[in-house]
Amino acid sequence: MAMLHIVNKSPYETGTLESCLNHAREGDTVLLIEDAVYAAMKGGRAANALSAAKGVKFAALSADLKARGIGEDRIVEGTAVVDYGGFVDLVVANDKTQSWL
Amino acid sequence: MSEGVKKFLYVNRKAPHGTIYALEALEVVLIGAAFEQDVSLAFLDDGVFQLVKGWDTSELGSKNFQPTYTALGDYDISKVFVERESLEERGLTEADLLELTYEDEDDDWAEKSSIRVVSREEMAEIMAENDVILSF
Repeated sequence: MAMLHIVNKSPYETGTLESCLNHAREGDTVLLIEDAVYAAMKGGRAANALSAAKGVKFAALSADLKARGIGEDRIVEGTAVVDYGGFVDLVVANDKTQSWL
Repeated sequence: MSEGVKKFLYVNRKAPHGTIYALEALEVVLIGAAFEQDVSLAFLDDGVFQLVKGWDTSELGSKNFQPTYTALGDYDISKVFVERESLEERGLTEADLLELTYEDEDDDWAEKSSIRVVSREEMAEIMAENDVILSF
Protein backbone atom coordinates (compact mmCIF):
# COMPACT_ATOMS: atom_id res chain seq x y z
CA MET A 1 0.00 0.00 0.00
CA ALA A 2 2.29 2.71 -1.25
CA MET A 3 1.51 6.38 -1.09
CA LEU A 4 2.47 9.29 -3.31
CA HIS A 5 3.28 12.37 -1.23
CA ILE A 6 3.14 15.68 -3.06
CA VAL A 7 5.08 18.63 -1.65
CA ASN A 8 4.96 22.15 -3.13
CA LYS A 9 6.76 24.37 -0.60
CA SER A 10 10.44 25.29 -0.43
CA PRO A 11 12.15 23.38 2.41
CA TYR A 12 13.95 26.62 3.26
CA GLU A 13 10.68 28.43 3.91
CA THR A 14 8.48 25.88 5.70
CA GLY A 15 8.78 22.57 7.55
CA THR A 16 6.36 20.87 5.16
CA LEU A 17 8.93 18.61 3.50
CA GLU A 18 10.41 17.67 6.86
CA SER A 19 6.98 16.72 8.17
CA CYS A 20 6.29 14.72 5.04
CA LEU A 21 9.57 12.82 5.41
CA ASN A 22 8.74 12.14 9.06
CA HIS A 23 5.57 10.36 7.95
CA ALA A 24 6.60 8.74 4.67
CA ARG A 25 7.05 4.99 4.86
CA GLU A 26 9.21 2.52 3.00
CA GLY A 27 8.04 2.13 -0.59
CA ASP A 28 6.38 5.56 -0.71
CA THR A 29 7.29 8.21 -3.28
CA VAL A 30 7.70 11.93 -2.65
CA LEU A 31 7.02 14.15 -5.65
CA LEU A 32 8.52 17.63 -5.47
CA ILE A 33 6.61 20.31 -7.38
CA GLU A 34 6.56 24.12 -7.52
CA ASP A 35 8.98 25.62 -4.93
CA ALA A 36 9.62 22.19 -3.40
CA VAL A 37 11.90 21.35 -6.33
CA TYR A 38 14.58 23.46 -4.60
CA ALA A 39 14.89 20.57 -2.13
CA ALA A 40 16.41 18.42 -4.85
CA MET A 41 19.33 20.75 -5.57
CA LYS A 42 22.74 19.26 -4.94
CA GLY A 43 24.71 20.79 -2.09
CA GLY A 44 21.69 22.21 -0.31
CA ARG A 45 20.79 21.36 3.26
CA ALA A 46 17.49 19.80 2.13
CA ALA A 47 19.30 17.44 -0.24
CA ASN A 48 20.86 15.75 2.79
CA ALA A 49 17.38 15.07 4.16
CA LEU A 50 16.47 13.42 0.88
CA SER A 51 19.56 11.21 0.99
CA ALA A 52 18.81 10.29 4.60
CA ALA A 53 15.27 9.09 3.84
CA LYS A 54 15.93 5.43 3.26
CA GLY A 55 13.43 3.37 1.29
CA VAL A 56 11.59 6.46 0.02
CA LYS A 57 11.73 7.36 -3.66
CA PHE A 58 11.94 10.94 -4.91
CA ALA A 59 10.83 12.66 -8.08
CA ALA A 60 10.82 16.29 -9.18
CA LEU A 61 8.64 17.90 -11.82
CA SER A 62 10.62 18.99 -14.88
CA ALA A 63 8.46 22.01 -15.71
CA ASP A 64 9.13 23.48 -12.27
CA LEU A 65 12.86 22.72 -12.45
CA LYS A 66 13.12 24.37 -15.89
CA ALA A 67 11.12 27.41 -14.78
CA ARG A 68 13.64 27.96 -11.98
CA GLY A 69 16.73 27.42 -14.09
CA ILE A 70 17.66 24.19 -12.34
CA GLY A 71 19.37 21.89 -14.82
CA GLU A 72 19.20 18.12 -14.35
CA ASP A 73 22.94 18.14 -13.56
CA ARG A 74 22.12 20.15 -10.43
CA ILE A 75 19.69 17.53 -9.13
CA VAL A 76 20.73 15.28 -6.30
CA GLU A 77 21.42 11.70 -7.31
CA GLY A 78 18.52 9.28 -7.01
CA THR A 79 15.83 11.85 -7.68
CA ALA A 80 13.87 11.12 -10.84
CA VAL A 81 12.88 13.99 -13.10
CA VAL A 82 9.35 13.55 -14.40
CA ASP A 83 7.12 15.51 -16.77
CA TYR A 84 3.37 15.99 -16.37
CA GLY A 85 2.78 12.55 -17.90
CA GLY A 86 5.16 11.10 -15.33
CA PHE A 87 3.20 12.86 -12.61
CA VAL A 88 0.06 11.05 -13.78
CA ASP A 89 1.96 7.75 -13.91
CA LEU A 90 3.00 8.22 -10.27
CA VAL A 91 -0.58 8.89 -9.22
CA VAL A 92 -1.69 5.72 -10.99
CA ALA A 93 1.17 3.61 -9.64
CA ASN A 94 0.39 4.43 -6.01
CA ASP A 95 -2.67 3.41 -3.99
CA LYS A 96 -3.33 6.95 -2.82
CA THR A 97 -1.92 10.43 -2.71
CA GLN A 98 -1.42 12.89 0.06
CA SER A 99 -0.81 16.58 -0.60
CA TRP A 100 1.30 18.29 2.04
CA LEU A 101 -0.11 21.81 1.87
CA MET B 1 -15.69 -2.76 6.75
CA SER B 2 -19.01 -2.92 4.93
CA GLU B 3 -19.18 -2.54 1.17
CA GLY B 4 -19.03 0.99 -0.18
CA VAL B 5 -17.65 2.47 3.01
CA LYS B 6 -14.27 4.07 2.62
CA LYS B 7 -11.92 5.22 5.32
CA PHE B 8 -11.47 8.99 5.05
CA LEU B 9 -8.72 10.80 6.93
CA TYR B 10 -8.80 14.58 7.20
CA VAL B 11 -5.28 15.84 7.90
CA ASN B 12 -5.02 19.20 9.67
CA ARG B 13 -1.60 20.87 9.73
CA LYS B 14 -2.36 24.58 10.02
CA ALA B 15 -2.98 26.89 12.98
CA PRO B 16 -6.59 28.09 13.30
CA HIS B 17 -6.70 31.82 12.55
CA GLY B 18 -3.81 32.63 10.19
CA THR B 19 -5.44 30.96 7.20
CA ILE B 20 -8.92 29.74 6.25
CA TYR B 21 -7.79 26.09 6.11
CA ALA B 22 -8.97 25.07 9.60
CA LEU B 23 -12.48 26.43 9.13
CA GLU B 24 -12.74 24.98 5.64
CA ALA B 25 -11.61 21.58 6.89
CA LEU B 26 -14.37 21.57 9.50
CA GLU B 27 -16.96 22.44 6.88
CA VAL B 28 -15.83 19.61 4.64
CA VAL B 29 -15.69 17.15 7.55
CA LEU B 30 -19.27 17.95 8.52
CA ILE B 31 -20.48 17.62 4.93
CA GLY B 32 -18.56 14.37 4.53
CA ALA B 33 -20.02 12.98 7.75
CA ALA B 34 -23.48 13.12 6.18
CA PHE B 35 -22.36 10.48 3.66
CA GLU B 36 -21.88 7.83 6.33
CA GLN B 37 -18.27 7.08 5.57
CA ASP B 38 -15.65 6.00 8.10
CA VAL B 39 -14.17 9.35 9.09
CA SER B 40 -11.06 10.11 11.14
CA LEU B 41 -9.34 13.40 11.84
CA ALA B 42 -5.61 13.90 12.26
CA PHE B 43 -3.99 16.91 13.88
CA LEU B 44 -0.25 17.40 13.52
CA ASP B 45 2.31 20.18 13.14
CA ASP B 46 0.61 23.57 13.73
CA GLY B 47 -2.75 21.82 13.32
CA VAL B 48 -2.61 20.87 17.02
CA PHE B 49 -3.17 24.57 17.83
CA GLN B 50 -6.72 24.17 16.47
CA LEU B 51 -7.61 22.04 19.47
CA VAL B 52 -6.14 24.27 22.19
CA LYS B 53 -9.16 25.27 24.26
CA GLY B 54 -10.20 28.76 25.34
CA TRP B 55 -10.41 30.70 22.10
CA ASP B 56 -11.78 34.24 22.31
CA THR B 57 -11.98 35.69 18.80
CA SER B 58 -14.10 38.70 19.79
CA GLU B 59 -11.36 41.20 19.01
CA LEU B 60 -10.55 39.57 15.68
CA GLY B 61 -14.01 40.25 14.34
CA SER B 62 -14.23 36.67 13.11
CA LYS B 63 -16.53 33.87 14.14
CA ASN B 64 -15.36 31.67 16.97
CA PHE B 65 -15.74 28.27 15.31
CA GLN B 66 -14.18 26.34 18.17
CA PRO B 67 -17.56 25.05 19.46
CA THR B 68 -17.97 23.28 16.12
CA TYR B 69 -15.18 20.86 17.07
CA THR B 70 -17.14 19.74 20.13
CA ALA B 71 -20.09 18.97 17.85
CA LEU B 72 -18.11 16.40 15.86
CA GLY B 73 -19.19 13.64 18.21
CA ASP B 74 -22.83 14.31 17.28
CA TYR B 75 -21.87 13.51 13.69
CA ASP B 76 -20.53 10.10 14.73
CA ILE B 77 -16.93 11.23 14.43
CA SER B 78 -15.18 9.40 17.21
CA LYS B 79 -11.58 9.19 16.02
CA VAL B 80 -9.51 12.32 16.49
CA PHE B 81 -5.81 11.52 16.33
CA VAL B 82 -3.36 14.09 17.73
CA GLU B 83 0.38 13.69 17.25
CA ARG B 84 2.33 13.64 20.50
CA GLU B 85 5.58 15.00 19.03
CA SER B 86 3.74 17.98 17.55
CA LEU B 87 2.24 18.76 20.98
CA GLU B 88 5.59 18.39 22.75
CA GLU B 89 7.47 20.57 20.25
CA ARG B 90 4.98 23.35 21.01
CA GLY B 91 5.03 22.97 24.79
CA LEU B 92 1.51 21.52 24.85
CA THR B 93 -0.02 18.55 26.64
CA GLU B 94 -3.34 16.77 26.27
CA ALA B 95 -4.61 18.91 29.19
CA ASP B 96 -4.46 21.97 26.92
CA LEU B 97 -6.86 20.44 24.43
CA LEU B 98 -10.61 20.66 24.02
CA GLU B 99 -12.63 17.82 25.48
CA LEU B 100 -14.12 16.03 22.50
CA THR B 101 -16.53 13.20 23.22
CA TYR B 102 -18.85 10.79 21.44
CA GLU B 103 -21.46 8.33 22.59
CA ASP B 104 -20.44 4.72 22.02
CA GLU B 105 -23.42 2.84 20.63
CA ASP B 106 -21.68 -0.50 21.31
CA ASP B 107 -21.32 0.36 24.99
CA ASP B 108 -24.80 1.52 26.04
CA TRP B 109 -24.12 5.02 24.64
CA ALA B 110 -21.42 5.68 27.22
CA GLU B 111 -19.71 9.05 26.70
CA LYS B 112 -16.07 8.60 25.69
CA SER B 113 -13.20 10.81 24.64
CA SER B 114 -12.62 11.05 20.88
CA ILE B 115 -9.08 12.30 21.26
CA ARG B 116 -6.29 9.78 20.89
CA VAL B 117 -2.77 11.07 21.27
CA VAL B 118 -0.50 9.01 19.03
CA SER B 119 3.20 8.93 18.20
CA ARG B 120 4.59 10.15 14.89
CA GLU B 121 5.18 6.53 13.93
CA GLU B 122 1.55 5.66 14.69
CA MET B 123 0.38 8.70 12.73
CA ALA B 124 2.28 7.43 9.69
CA GLU B 125 0.51 4.06 10.09
CA ILE B 126 -2.89 5.75 10.38
CA MET B 127 -2.22 7.63 7.15
CA ALA B 128 -1.22 4.40 5.45
CA GLU B 129 -4.38 2.60 6.66
CA ASN B 130 -6.86 5.09 5.26
CA ASP B 131 -8.29 4.90 1.72
CA VAL B 132 -8.61 8.62 1.08
CA ILE B 133 -6.60 11.48 2.59
CA LEU B 134 -7.86 15.04 2.45
CA SER B 135 -5.28 17.63 3.46
CA PHE B 136 -5.84 21.02 5.00
